[in-house]
Amino acid sequence: MAAKTLIIDGKEVSAEEGATVLQVARDNGVKLPTLCHLEGVYDVGACRLCLVEIAGTTKLLPACTTKISEGMRITTDSDRLRKYRRMTIELLFAERNHVCAVCVSNGHCELQTLAYSLGMDHVRYDYIFPKWNVDLTHRMFGMDHNRCILCTRCVRVCWHIEGAGTKNVAGRGATSKIISDLNQPWGDSESCTECGKCVMACPTGALFNKGTTTGEMEHDRDKLEFIVNAREKQQWLP
Amino acid sequence: MKLRVATVWLGGCSGCHMSFLDMDEYLIELAGLIDLVYSPVIDVKEFPDQVDVCLIEGAVCNEDNLEILRKIRERTRVLVSFGDCAVTGNVPAMRNPFGDDNRTDVLQRAYIDNTQDNPGVPKADGIVPQLLERVVPVHEAVYVEYFLPGCPPPAARIQEILGQIVTGQTPKLTGPQLKFG
Amino acid sequence: MQLDDLNALVAKHVGARKKIVLRTCMSAGCMSSQADVIKKNLEAEVKAQGLEADVEVRRVGCMGFCGQGPLIGVDGLSAKEKLFEFVKPTDAPAIVGSLKGGACDVQAGNPDHPFFAKQMRIVRANGGIVDPERIEDYLAAGGYQALHQVLTEMQLAGVVEEITKSGLRGRGGAGFLTGLKWGTVAKSAGAKKYVVCNGDEGDPGAFMDRSVLESDPHLVLEGMAIAAYAVGADQGFLYVRAEYPLAIARLQTAIKQAKQLGLLGGGIFESPFNFNVDIRIGAGAFVCGEETALMASVEGKRGTPRPRPPFPAESGLWGCPTLINNVETFANITAIINRGGAWYAGIGTEKSKGTKVFALTGKIRNNGLIEVPMGIPLRQIVEEMGGGAPAGGQIKSVQTGGPSGGCIPAAYLDTPVDYESLTKLGSIMGSGGMVVMDDATNMVEIAKFYMEFCMEESCGKCIPCRTGTAQMFHLLEKITQRRGTARDLAKLEELCDMVRHTSLCGLGQTAPNPVASTLKFFRAEYEALLQPDPHGPRANGSVKTAEAVTP
Repeated sequence: MAAKTLIIDGKEVSAEEGATVLQVARDNGVKLPTLCHLEGVYDVGACRLCLVEIAGTTKLLPACTTKISEGMRITTDSDRLRKYRRMTIELLFAERNHVCAVCVSNGHCELQTLAYSLGMDHVRYDYIFPKWNVDLTHRMFGMDHNRCILCTRCVRVCWHIEGAGTKNVAGRGATSKIISDLNQPWGDSESCTECGKCVMACPTGALFNKGTTTGEMEHDRDKLEFIVNAREKQQWLP
Repeated sequence: MKLRVATVWLGGCSGCHMSFLDMDEYLIELAGLIDLVYSPVIDVKEFPDQVDVCLIEGAVCNEDNLEILRKIRERTRVLVSFGDCAVTGNVPAMRNPFGDDNRTDVLQRAYIDNTQDNPGVPKADGIVPQLLERVVPVHEAVYVEYFLPGCPPPAARIQEILGQIVTGQTPKLTGPQLKFG
Repeated sequence: MQLDDLNALVAKHVGARKKIVLRTCMSAGCMSSQADVIKKNLEAEVKAQGLEADVEVRRVGCMGFCGQGPLIGVDGLSAKEKLFEFVKPTDAPAIVGSLKGGACDVQAGNPDHPFFAKQMRIVRANGGIVDPERIEDYLAAGGYQALHQVLTEMQLAGVVEEITKSGLRGRGGAGFLTGLKWGTVAKSAGAKKYVVCNGDEGDPGAFMDRSVLESDPHLVLEGMAIAAYAVGADQGFLYVRAEYPLAIARLQTAIKQAKQLGLLGGGIFESPFNFNVDIRIGAGAFVCGEETALMASVEGKRGTPRPRPPFPAESGLWGCPTLINNVETFANITAIINRGGAWYAGIGTEKSKGTKVFALTGKIRNNGLIEVPMGIPLRQIVEEMGGGAPAGGQIKSVQTGGPSGGCIPAAYLDTPVDYESLTKLGSIMGSGGMVVMDDATNMVEIAKFYMEFCMEESCGKCIPCRTGTAQMFHLLEKITQRRGTARDLAKLEELCDMVRHTSLCGLGQTAPNPVASTLKFFRAEYEALLQPDPHGPRANGSVKTAEAVTP
């Protein structure tokens, strides 16, 4: 495959044709915040945190779904991008009930980590405090919609790694909701194989193993990439 | 002149103040640098005038919280939201999702449904303050200059920000020092 | 079927026509006022008054003057009146009687009214004239001649060239050059290609596409067939929202009739060209008007947009090159083929060619559908054709482009209606909704209305649109309820910028427009609602105090 030369944050780098801006950035030690991206499943460009500036276009483009091209000049960090990223995180915190102090994922949460690494000391928007329930009908796992950021990682791993197709999105806008089968209690799902990949994939405390309490839920997100590499490339690398 | 510092405890668990006390020997050093003019840990009844810095623990939950907060804002140069309840509403705000009747519902649950002896909502006008319709973080009620998140903020984090304040720097926390929870 | 056979069919159909035609509008608007009963009564009355030999009652599509409906048009020498307005089912005897010179107190319309006279009808040429449920009527009006010409006389590239020459731009709102889009799909490699017609018209106050589909379905089908030939596709999808049942029914009839005559399906006009069209019905999501969401919906998936590139022209339905155009864009095609790209390019302005259909509604005397040449000053539309604001009112603003557009203040009424001029004013051409507002209108409420619409119609996929619109709506609610402060207004403006630049699709990217444009032109109305901060200028003071609660 042909190599392409491009410039990320002033640094000249080369990469394989077909690679995404996000891959190239990470291969070259450039940190980009992401929430919906997960190694092992395809990208959807939904969280808008990895937006970058690309010379020649006025639009900001998501690094995860934008393919590189020869001579591309990419800026991954600017005052404007930092401001938008912080606003995005603030909007998420105001949207549902993310009470870090009593969350199963406290200390192991991608949203929490991103918030402080982006310098969020408080949320300027009024909290919406919507009413969401917690689905504890499944034998092994729980789903707390209060903590869900609708990144759809669980949906994608369920369909494309496990192939079960249990998880899906219902509703519209802020009332969108991750559902099991046709919006049944998770415990009643006949398609769920109880593989737990959705739980592994979750960036926050929305999906958790039953029995875990505050701060105890550590998601094994790297496992998914391992499974995909083992399956597709026959590589059994840790 | 030493900085006139106050701390106040609104709708919170006092954990932030416990963490404050966890600064241990730094408290002695601090005592030489500031005048603590109002705090749950000293016996002053009325919030004084001309306070330089006030650390506010807890969310704004009832009429009393709101009233004192407004008084504090008028009499204080710099407010610091102290801990997650003040910064986000945190646990006290978990009644908000229960909607418009959340006040009635939580009082019913706490004082009637879950009690065996003498069920009844405490009611004494002028003594027991009314709950607000919604619990809000401090900055939704008054302007707040600086934020010190954490549940509770670890002693080192409190020391960091106080150290910055007493040495005349602009308080600024970065990275994991800003972690909620 | 060969052209000769078709012409014979047309000749027979035309020969059977009667001297006098009562054209009864049976578009959704007039139908909602019992147009179907009116037609039945007219037919019975024609029989009762013994006029069957000379008079026919014809079902036709939308005549455009919807605010005056139900409408009856009269063709034929002995007719005294040419147009009846506000017709009721009980008016049938008087109307039929008037054909014999009888007295008639049904309100007579004026076909020379500026509302009609200033129009230039290309897309809507057949609207209110042909029977949308009879292909013979469309054929008699010159229908499917363009498709025949394309299939027998033109090269693929020639068709694209003609469309390019016409300067036609996408009528869905964004105004992308149609010829360029067709050329890209034509050049995209792929054994299978698709043509998709976007009929998911969802802007509040817009009903142009519904009217075209209801009044002249074959025009759109023919346009799609020509497009399919030009880009090398053999399958088309017509995506129509479920809220348009009449349009769907007429399209189904039209497709069936076209297939029977060999104008759709295999070997059209006995050429090697095959083209099938299937209807896909939208389930009510506004976002499915966005092309990538629409395609996801056609594929049977949840209707959410995806990032572009890749554009549909490269990778659309099931990964195949796909041409997707709006109803009105396709409805322009036959005229361009019949009369030439150069003719079309002669209409309009330098950068905006041809005509545009608008749904003129709101605080205005004359409501309805109009088709005007591009570049016409807004004032002519609103004041001359629309007749200005109803008694006592003054026009304050004109909203174009629906929830993606903006409010143009009355001071700019001399602006020519073209893509660039409207964009310069912070609005957009959009799909054709034009809502007139008078001086009683509160512009902050208007902004809130559109923001609520966007919030509810956000698909929920990307964060800025899903929750940014919710916060903007919340801020607007606070301001309109007189609980907002200058800080809230600043936050609103900051969110406008953020949601515009970070949202995934057009819905989110344009959602701030109604707020931004009203802020630009009517800022004082916002400021008048702001409250001083009770605790110093910097406090945000949004807390509501409690009332006593006793469980």
